[in-house]
Amino acid sequence: MRSKPRKTNWSLPKVKTKVLSFFVVLFGVLGLGYVSLQGTPMGAQVDRFFSFQDPAVRLAVVACLLLGLNCGLLGAFMVVRRLALVGDTLSHCVLPGVILGFLWGMYKNPWTMFFGAALAGLLGLLCVSWIKRTTTVREDSVLGIILTSFYAVGICLITMIQRLNIEGKAGVDKFLFGQASALSEQDVLLLAIVAILAITFVVLFYKELLVSSFDPDFSRTSGIPVSFLFGALMFLLTFSVVTALQATGAVLVVAMLITPAAAAYLLTDRMHHLLIFASGLGMLSGLLGAFFSFLGSRLPTGPFMVVGAGAIFLLAFLFGPQYGVFPRIWRRYRYRSRIQGENTLKAIYRMLEDTKFEKRKVALEALARFRKQSFAEAVQDVKVLKRKGWAHFEDRSLKVMKLSPEGWHRACQITRNHRLWELYLTFEANYAPDHVHDDAERIEHLLGEEIVKQLEERLNFPNKDPHGKLIPSAKDIEEGLKIYGDDR
Amino acid sequence: MTKKNAAAPLEIHDLTVTYHRQPVLYGVDLIVDPGCLVGVMGPNGAGKSTLIKTIMGMVPPSHGWVKLFGQPFHKAITRVGYVPQRESVDWDFPVSVFDVVMMGRYKRLGLIRRPGKKDRDAVYECLEKLKMADLADRQIGNLSGGQQQRVFLARALAQESDLYFMDEPFAGVDAATELAIIELLRELKDAGKTLFVVHHDVTTARKYFDTLLLLNMRLVDFGPTEKVFTQQNLHKVYGGRLNILTEVATADAQQASEDKLESP
Repeated sequence: MRSKPRKTNWSLPKVKTKVLSFFVVLFGVLGLGYVSLQGTPMGAQVDRFFSFQDPAVRLAVVACLLLGLNCGLLGAFMVVRRLALVGDTLSHCVLPGVILGFLWGMYKNPWTMFFGAALAGLLGLLCVSWIKRTTTVREDSVLGIILTSFYAVGICLITMIQRLNIEGKAGVDKFLFGQASALSEQDVLLLAIVAILAITFVVLFYKELLVSSFDPDFSRTSGIPVSFLFGALMFLLTFSVVTALQATGAVLVVAMLITPAAAAYLLTDRMHHLLIFASGLGMLSGLLGAFFSFLGSRLPTGPFMVVGAGAIFLLAFLFGPQYGVFPRIWRRYRYRSRIQGENTLKAIYRMLEDTKFEKRKVALEALARFRKQSFAEAVQDVKVLKRKGWAHFEDRSLKVMKLSPEGWHRACQITRNHRLWELYLTFEANYAPDHVHDDAERIEHLLGEEIVKQLEERLNFPNKDPHGKLIPSAKDIEEGLKIYGDDR
Repeated sequence: MTKKNAAAPLEIHDLTVTYHRQPVLYGVDLIVDPGCLVGVMGPNGAGKSTLIKTIMGMVPPSHGWVKLFGQPFHKAITRVGYVPQRESVDWDFPVSVFDVVMMGRYKRLGLIRRPGKKDRDAVYECLEKLKMADLADRQIGNLSGGQQQRVFLARALAQESDLYFMDEPFAGVDAATELAIIELLRELKDAGKTLFVVHHDVTTARKYFDTLLLLNMRLVDFGPTEKVFTQQNLHKVYGGRLNILTEVATADAQQASEDKLESP
């Protein structure tokens, strides 16, 4: 009991083959697309992108990967703490700081712009917490006010700069929508520094970040420096937003904080997985953004990155193994078809029972009569059994069927579950015998071996149900399986 | 206060707490002896949670002081455990039952250090004690209210403290869990731990706790249950708001006198 292995949610081999086939298809499609583009101007662009020869492309790709990593990793904490709006505010607050950083030297100096932006972002957050503490204005309103005010100042400054007659002003407007190919080596260096800081911080303080995000009050009583950690997280978040700004633009950078992390949230319910998935999906979105903006020659990077992130979120929403829409529908369908099959099995069992188990084969005509359905419906039902390997047709014209050993086994189990449950309700829960059938109809499909054993013990190994019918015991089922092998 | 070991687990002196200049607690004096199972009662807004939060250093007092085992809170941290209100956290948070109980070990580990095998064993032991070991790998949102409360208590157990503060551990739990919790509390008390439990249900308070603290901004009364649990006191705390109280108190008083008649 002590050293239980920690189980993962997925059964690995199954998922592996699924994932593998998914990637095979994906690369097939991409490959086809690539071949069909050969010789066109766009194909040339694709070649340039993937050959990695062009230093500008190289820089842009590395930058987008790094910023995806930073934003995904730190954004995950924002999402689980339900602070997405704070992230939004922060990303808009930095804009005036960036512009002031530019005005400082009248050229695009990454360092002054970085510090200007970081200062503006932190100032914005301080304003939020100050107003929240000292007035009765609610947090969402405060966030809205600060976000728009700072952003408006930024826009005013940008418009002013564009009227000025200075050389380095080209590209200042890129801070609104982002342009990855405008990044310099120093920008990438800054991104890399932030990435190293963020990863180190999260790895070192994972345990403290986990508990202080989940239960801040409890953390304080455990001597965990909650405010310090939150402050550090906010600092790093500001840095990552500021460094991402040139590639994504101030308007959309918040999407890179929230969307990959939210998509990851749909795929897992463990924090460490969530952090890894969020970083990975962030990087993927970054790559997609860099690629598509490059294809269309100098399109803004930010919107494409965010569209990529949104597409990833949509995929996770639709196909996520646990919470996805389609897997849920699929599971429900599987469950229904199992119940349908098991009900057919039970009917067949009762028909065989009526012949005192002299016969093995069942005419579908008789099955249809027994279940008060049409012949075609009976054929459909037996086809369902056949798909599950529980039965087969004895002839081409689909008139006679026979259960397989597995089908026989399951039919006995279901009947036993049904009758045991009826007994249990009658004797232990004091139901009237004519009230127990419907309840047993539902529960029979859900009882596992363990519960059935307990039921049998509790009921003192009965052999007849409340209506006087024999209950197949575990022993009967085993022996029946042996006898069932021969053909009668 | 010269000998450390002899100091009371909890000593509060003239404690006043204000929120936005509104007093929430006023002039509370209290000394709790070791091995007490204290039920803290009072109407909504009486300052029960605030009292606990102030004791544990989450809310700064505007006047007075608190000492735990003769020391300020931050020095006694390893000897004090905490069970917050169940609604105070987001149960959709991506953690498993095991992860949450492991959080109880964090303060013994200190910063940065990772939990080892000893901690994992301790966590499983605590989970076993609350019959939650089978659910260790579940995400906490998939649990019933009673199971969620058990997770919090298992986490508190994992803290291995001498003094526990619990904020409404009985709120919204099923009957079986309520029984399991009160058994656990008694077990802890018998092991010499001190427990300080916020409780809402007047009808069960008398059965569960050996000491009661009645609070309504001021400390109304504190002492052994049989002395504190009187109609007059309850009326003082809850005012005329709960008519049922009179009935409860009378019925209980009758029960008590009958017990006395039967016992010799």
